[in-house]
Formats: sequence, C-alpha cells, structure tokens
Amino acid sequence: MGAVLVLTVVALVWIAVLLVKDETAGDRLFVLMALIEAVLLVQLVVGVVQLSGTDRDVSGVLFVSYLIGVLTALPIGAFWSLAERTRAGTGVLAVAAFTVVALELRLDTIWGGAGA
Amino acid sequence: MRDLSSGPGRVLVFVYGVFAVAATGRSLVQLGVDAERAPVAYSLSLVAAVIYLVATTCLLLGGRRSWLIAVAACTIELVGVLVVGTLSYVDTALFPDKTVWSHFGQGYGFLPLVLPFVGLAWLRQTRPQAQRNP
Repeated sequence: MGAVLVLTVVALVWIAVLLVKDETAGDRLFVLMALIEAVLLVQLVVGVVQLSGTDRDVSGVLFVSYLIGVLTALPIGAFWSLAERTRAGTGVLAVAAFTVVALELRLDTIWGGAGA
Repeated sequence: MRDLSSGPGRVLVFVYGVFAVAATGRSLVQLGVDAERAPVAYSLSLVAAVIYLVATTCLLLGGRRSWLIAVAACTIELVGVLVVGTLSYVDTALFPDKTVWSHFGQGYGFLPLVLPFVGLAWLRQTRPQAQRNP
C-alpha cells in the first residue's frame, strides 16, 4: 500500500513534468508503471490472504473488488494513451495514475472498516 | 467531423470511463448488499452509472447521432448532480447513504460536478455544424 502510493506519486510527478515540457512518455515511464502494476498484483495476493485471516469488520466483496479494480487502471490507461502519442495521451496516463492513488486511499478506508 | 475521442476528448473519455466503472460498481454493490437501506440513493447511483456509460460509449463511437446523445447524457448528468447535490443537503432523510452525486460529488473530489461542464464544453467545440468552417 505504502509502496504503491510512493511509486505512483513518483509516476505522477514524472508525468506532470512530461505534460509541462509537452513530451510523450518514454519506455522508462512505462517500466515504472509496469513495476507499480507488479506491486499491485502482490497487493492483491497479500490483501486476499490478510482478508481471510482478519477478524476486522471489513466488507470482503468491496475490498476484493477494489483490489482487482485498481489493477485495471494502468493497463487500460497505457493502451488508451499509446493510441495517441500527444500531450492528451500523456494526460490519460496522469488520470490513470491519479485513479490508482484514489483507489488506494479508498482501499485503506475500506480496510479500516468503512462500508460502501 | 473531428473525432470525439481524440485530443482533449481522449482524456475526457478515460475520465468518463473511470466514472462509469466506479458508479456501476458502487451501485451494484449498494443494491446487492443492502438495497432497502436507501433505495432512492442507490437507484440514483445506478442512474448515474448508466449516464456515465452512455456518455463514455457515445464519445468513443463519435458521429452526429452519438454527439446528440452525448449532449443529452451530459445535460442529464449536470441536472442530476445539481438536483441530487442540493437534495442531499436539504432532505437528508432521503439520502441515508451517499451516492456518486450526493453533496455535489464530494466523495469524488467534486469531479462529478466539474465533469458535465467539461463534457458540454468539449461537445460544444466538436459540434457537427461547426465542422464545415474549420
């Protein structure tokens, strides 16, 4: 969770710099996003394991759907962005990364026991 | 005509897509888990979800008809977020639980309030009649 947030914020700053300079995303940014995606996969596994072993009042369906949902943002964003390599395409990456941050924060709230 | 999903439209489609997924997921969970708790609020969540889905699809498809439907969807969205937003402050009994649009989309960084304005502005720029004199 913490690792995801740190990496994603780094990606967001990176994308912001690209947007200001009007450059398109290079391979290294996509490597970073792949890394975030890998950490998100680990998070899914760890999250499900922790969920099965917790006696907290966590909404299981909600929690797991968020764990899976957060996995979809970056790949879809990346493909949607690559179809148009302009500043707008880079903007899509920014929205995708921001979505990951928002979902991570929601995951944290849900884990804390808040409902839908 | 200019593609509805290129340039700024590309970002817009993605944002609408995120909201379509978010609102659909939310309404399904709400209606599936505890539909009786706040039927009005949860039904409105579903309405919002459908509107976002329609808007996303129309922006993706492009063309004159899609443009018209997208304008309608964004207008309903604007009215919806304003009415639901106001009602959620005025008549709290009607909304025991939150929806995407309650409190003007506070739970979503007020983006649901901003989105229809951006959507309509983009549609205004891409309106079919304007394409003849670029």
